[in-house]
Amino acid sequence: MEVPVVLEQIELRVKGLNFYYSGVVHALKQINLPIYSNQVTALIGPSGCGKTTLLRCFNRMHDLYPGNRYEGEIYFVKDNILSPETDLISLRSRIGMVFQKPTPFPMSIFDNIAYGLKLKGIKKRLELSERVEKALVHAALWEEVKDKLNASAYDLSGGQQQRLVIARALAVDPEVLLFDEPTSALDPISTAKIEELTATLKKEVTIIIVTHNMQQAARISDRTGFMMLGELIEFGITNRIFTAPSEKLTEDYVTGRFG
Amino acid sequence: MTVFDDELQKLKEKLLRMGSLVEDAVKNSVTALVERDNALAELVIDNDRLVNTLDVEIDEESIRLIALRQPMASDLRFITMAMKITTDMERMGDLAVNIAERALELNAEPVLKPYIDIPKMREIAQGMIRDALNAFVKRDKKIAVDVILRDDKVDDLKHDVLQELAIFMVQDPTTVSRAMKISFVATYLERIADHATNIAEMVIYLVEGKIIRHMVPPAEEK
Repeated sequence: MEVPVVLEQIELRVKGLNFYYSGVVHALKQINLPIYSNQVTALIGPSGCGKTTLLRCFNRMHDLYPGNRYEGEIYFVKDNILSPETDLISLRSRIGMVFQKPTPFPMSIFDNIAYGLKLKGIKKRLELSERVEKALVHAALWEEVKDKLNASAYDLSGGQQQRLVIARALAVDPEVLLFDEPTSALDPISTAKIEELTATLKKEVTIIIVTHNMQQAARISDRTGFMMLGELIEFGITNRIFTAPSEKLTEDYVTGRFG
Repeated sequence: MTVFDDELQKLKEKLLRMGSLVEDAVKNSVTALVERDNALAELVIDNDRLVNTLDVEIDEESIRLIALRQPMASDLRFITMAMKITTDMERMGDLAVNIAERALELNAEPVLKPYIDIPKMREIAQGMIRDALNAFVKRDKKIAVDVILRDDKVDDLKHDVLQELAIFMVQDPTTVSRAMKISFVATYLERIADHATNIAEMVIYLVEGKIIRHMVPPAEEK
């Protein structure tokens, strides 16, 4: 069998990144890391290791609080997204985020997804309907909600709400999706659905996921980064990290013999 | 020590117990042949049940640990290799039984010739089993490489035994039946050494996460 050669492209490149909360707490230390296009990259590590802090740098979420400071660069294609000139509204539509707890807006299922599209200036009812349907199909939710698009988003189950939030992020055609423990508040079946979804979504977007569940990282990611005390200890092909990691600290963490 | 570490330790102890049973079986089967001791040959045949029981127990325990503990990294490599090693050890046990069976047949006939190379083969093979298992439980690559290198010596000895027996058979056709049985014994011992080599190769995977099976021997690493 002929194996096609797929050239791996880098979507985001983190270079010498340091991050300080309130200007003093040194939360990320000299992080260097490539994020490959159309792959799932998982960030794992013990609580307080900086994985969520790192995830939030990719769409400048830290800017919402005063005093936080970045040093270094994160190149998104060729632009440094940490530059003061970055348009944060545009950045956050190109790099979307899904949180631990589902965050639907207090409006109908349809409007939840149409909201971002309207902000982007899409007004025609027909185009909105098409884009809403497409996003719901992509998030594997369409079949479950197509007959009740005007119902409140709060009527959906937790797992459905999480997929709705993913659909909302997908509607504005992002290039990257950031998942911050997206299944930690979900039951096993909803978790399995989200995990399945990442496998299809990565054909169109690049995914970075922070997870406390090592098995989840092993199941769904192509590459894994292990962090501890604000440092990236090891980064590599997921299979390698979970079968034969190079670093003793990674070994101790993935085998549950931490510390 | 965590409960999981304790479970791994128990698995390790079972592997060592199985290894020492197999080592004894190999030693006793050849002694039964050289010293024409039928009772010892019967003991080897009988004790194979213990090896088979451990084979099943180690497999079941490994599957249980994989299902319930979801082992990662070196733990995963240790448990999956434990399952593979039992297959090699169980085969070595069977080969020792085959030697014991040939010993019973040969002991019923006049001595063809004094055994010189076969005890040598036994000694090397037995040492290889012991060291391969030790390398496995100690995760020691150096010992494993040494085991792999010793396999050639067993192959050479087998070659010598077969050559010598061929001369007997050509010169005196009445020796054919006995000479064939002795050459089987040499072949069994050579295969036992091969199984010990397999185990040593698994140690390299256990330590480095690199599968070296079907590759050139690691002579240059010595």
